[in-house]
Amino acid sequence: MNKILEVRNLSKIYGPGCPLCLESTGPEADTNLCPHCGSVVAIHDVSFDLFEGEILGVMGESGSGKSTVVKNLYFDQAPSSGEAIFYDRDKQHDLFALNAAQQRWLRNHRFGMVYQNPHLGLNFNISAGGNIAERLLMSDLMDYGAIRERAKALLARTEVLLSRVDDLPKNFSGGMQQRVQIAKALATQPPLLFLDEVTTGLDLSVQARILDLILEIQQELKTAMVVVTHDLGVIRLLTGRAIVMKYGRVIEAGLTDQILEDPQHAYTQRLVASAL
Amino acid sequence: MNAFSHAQSGNAYNFGFLDEYAKKEVRRAILKAIAIPGYQVPYASREMPMGRGFGTGGLQLTLSLIGPEEILKVIDQGSDDSVNAVNLRHFIEMTCPGVSTTTKTTECTLIQSRHRIPELPLTSNQIVVLQVPYPDPLVVVEPSEDKRKTMHGEADYSRLLVKLYEDIVKFDEITISHRYPTRINGHYVIDPSPIPRWDVPKLNASAALILFGAGREKKIYAVPPHTKAEPLAFSDVPFRVEDFRDEHGHRRACTRCGCTDSFLDEFAADSGSKTYQCSDSDWCDEQMLLARQTEGEPA
Repeated sequence: MNKILEVRNLSKIYGPGCPLCLESTGPEADTNLCPHCGSVVAIHDVSFDLFEGEILGVMGESGSGKSTVVKNLYFDQAPSSGEAIFYDRDKQHDLFALNAAQQRWLRNHRFGMVYQNPHLGLNFNISAGGNIAERLLMSDLMDYGAIRERAKALLARTEVLLSRVDDLPKNFSGGMQQRVQIAKALATQPPLLFLDEVTTGLDLSVQARILDLILEIQQELKTAMVVVTHDLGVIRLLTGRAIVMKYGRVIEAGLTDQILEDPQHAYTQRLVASAL
Repeated sequence: MNAFSHAQSGNAYNFGFLDEYAKKEVRRAILKAIAIPGYQVPYASREMPMGRGFGTGGLQLTLSLIGPEEILKVIDQGSDDSVNAVNLRHFIEMTCPGVSTTTKTTECTLIQSRHRIPELPLTSNQIVVLQVPYPDPLVVVEPSEDKRKTMHGEADYSRLLVKLYEDIVKFDEITISHRYPTRINGHYVIDPSPIPRWDVPKLNASAALILFGAGREKKIYAVPPHTKAEPLAFSDVPFRVEDFRDEHGHRRACTRCGCTDSFLDEFAADSGSKTYQCSDSDWCDEQMLLARQTEGEPA
């Protein structure tokens, strides 16, 4: 299997930071707020590898830094330190060493992102088809007919009624908005997809269909995915490997089955016990 | 230099109303605008003795460029005689003694215009100055100027193209009638001021230098001579100009001069009927003169 993403020692600190920040935060200190300078250590020393076609789960409680990891990798934020290398066919990109234009190119052409809140991923003032067109136009497809065909095909694939292609996403249900977001993320057939709490807040039947869709897409397109969720059901269903985070640190990493059946860290044990 | 200009003009104001330092700053902005085609160069727009939005940007460009040997034409929506054009012309005549003005496109060397580019093809010794209300085409999709600057820098115009996509979805064609976003020299997209679509192709590879001045928004940009200007469009839905066809599919003609290849203004009569006339009044006059000459020949 080929490696597609290699993340090493990723850190993000909000605030001025001080020499005592790292030792006075984390799971042992039971906080991510530095008592000396007031900085928030959102993530520290996060490392993992992702292989082609693999789904990696990132789990943990609210505020553990799960979303910050993917936001940094998708260039929504810049990390304080750390390195991430994206292996694109035969090329390597050192993500945080690229300039803004190169980062935007990767974002538009090679990455996809589905946010928990559809407002972040979709423009609610343009139609569902227009949202997908935007991503296709970003990747320099300039043929109206072709754009329209692709948009329709993607929406059909994600089970959005074709009669609603030209409706505004604000008139859609939450599940449909999420499916439009997935269609938009898939528009350029990216080899790497970030899913940030995609099913949170949706009802169970809709959740199940979206999870099915994600699995089918992974089987069909061999897309590698990083799935952020606090829902252990989602982790169990989707992912092969997982990392567990608490207060910005990775406290456990390994095969999903192993983590869920035989958790090593006390926090993971509590997490698994409380959910099952 | 100031003393010289004062003595020459014989009135309290410097030649061209603006002081020489202000003119110099505007000229530097113009040079930068020409060097980076389509880039909006910020400049210190001066207070003019008229409200912002009445062409102060164009006027500052004109006053900075004009010299006593210049022949000036001022038009407003194609007409030399509308209030805005007449007032601006008077102001320039008053503050630039010795400058001659004309209504003839063939004679002028400097044209200040609002909303039109003359029909007659321009030459390399002419400069067009257009008055601009909204210089940034991205303002419709992005409210933050900071982000717009990044988008311009990275030539990221996909959100503008989505507007065009949405137009085609809703109306089967692109419905932007004026201020049509146009890509200059393959990178920056400009708002070519509220000229109709008809005038957009004239920007492409124009022999004359075309300058844009936004007084309120404090920006100057340029389409240098012989520079590529492509209106944004899809490869399978190309840009098109107004066709002025009537209900039978015939091209309407100007009721005054009979011209069938100029931009027409629509006039509604009290009876409800509509008549059409050339928007460019000098062009219309020239066509009538030509017609009279050809009529006169056989006699």
